[in-house]
Amino acid sequence: MTSYALFLGCTIPARQPHYELAARKALTKLGIQLVDLDGMTCCAPPPIQSIDLETSLAVAAYNICLAEEADLNIVTLCTGCFESLTIANRLLKEKPKLREKINKVLSNAGKEFKGTKEVKHYLQVLMGDVGVDRLKQNVVKPLKNLKVAAFSGCHLLRPSEILRFDDPERPRIFDTLIEALGAKSIPYKNKLRCCGGLLRGYADDVALAIARDKIVNAYNAGADCISTLCPFCFLTLDLGQTLIKATYKEEYNLPIIHYAELLSLSLGVEPKELALDFHKVKIDKVLEKIR
Amino acid sequence: MAEEKLLDFAREITGRLGGETITNCYQCGTCASTCPVARTTERYNPRQILRLALLGQRDEILKGDAIWLCASCYNCQERCPQKVEIADVIYALRNIAIQEGNTPAIYTDFATALISEGRLAPISKFLEKKRAEYGLPAIKPTGLEALKKILAATGFDKIVFKKEGATK
Repeated sequence: MTSYALFLGCTIPARQPHYELAARKALTKLGIQLVDLDGMTCCAPPPIQSIDLETSLAVAAYNICLAEEADLNIVTLCTGCFESLTIANRLLKEKPKLREKINKVLSNAGKEFKGTKEVKHYLQVLMGDVGVDRLKQNVVKPLKNLKVAAFSGCHLLRPSEILRFDDPERPRIFDTLIEALGAKSIPYKNKLRCCGGLLRGYADDVALAIARDKIVNAYNAGADCISTLCPFCFLTLDLGQTLIKATYKEEYNLPIIHYAELLSLSLGVEPKELALDFHKVKIDKVLEKIR
Repeated sequence: MAEEKLLDFAREITGRLGGETITNCYQCGTCASTCPVARTTERYNPRQILRLALLGQRDEILKGDAIWLCASCYNCQERCPQKVEIADVIYALRNIAIQEGNTPAIYTDFATALISEGRLAPISKFLEKKRAEYGLPAIKPTGLEALKKILAATGFDKIVFKKEGATK
């Protein structure tokens, strides 16, 4: 059995238990053991990077140190955590001077970054440890007739030079994993473009206008749902539709579903075992289609 | 003299983590044309930010609104033919602005949450109860003591809680 230190980050455990629940159920079913380590903190994502890049690297590296001590690679569910931890892991592995500087900071907390572990997004675990063929064999309820607008979020793919996840302009991994469940990953306009989520709290109107584009483009392409990997993208697009209704007087009712939820459903997890009441836009239409 | 001053700001940026590549910019505009925010609002244009920064317009950049409108999507950085790390340059500019006390309120909130909880999203009693109902494990405490030592070593709280306008 392959084991990983599960890095949950801040938003998923505090706000999106439906994501965590589905991911734990699905990955466990597929033979991946998830270990909850003590003492993990925030990953130091863009808001903290904006305040001080050096601090953000040190905080991210501290979390990697905990995984190093437990002799485990890290798996993340949140795309933002994947980015912050991967950037720190890669930069500190490859830049000795920077590593020395950050290790000096970490020494105050009794830690040293050694650079012995990998940070992976759970899609990489599905591709690498489970494999598409074995995933397909485990699907008991194929998501036939379901048209999915895949939206990976920015920080799974970019900056590609550091993240090295997939081709940043023509990514295939996420679509492959959607189609492995029997669903159709449909093309839509500006598929790779940002949801605007990180502008929430500073420029809500701009953030909402960008989110609306995403919803409209997926809706016009005939998607049954948008599948997300990032808790911020989820929030921006799910709660966002309530705000779009209030601001633009437009109603789309387009379900936003984390990929882990689609995965769980296809692996035979019953809808009532998932925390589906955490969806603002109800996903009943999707459940009917895959029944 | 004016030219010296102009170069001062560029040097200041290239000397910072994230800002190293700004002088590679030849103003082709690829960043602005691929930017989802620039397409949505005239308040933000990455090409203009880089140009103003290289022209030494320190106050306009650091006290203005524009640098806070980057959504950190990295499209510009991905497509820049000159390998300017544009999103990282914006981080470097934000770092300088905050160091000088020009901190948007939301960033003070983020910093406060990190320092006091070790996480950016607080966990409500409602959520704790819900988690238990769903059979999810209780949330593990964050390594707050270690984190505080790290934040003290980088001077994080001093950076972010500097009074507005306390610069220069």
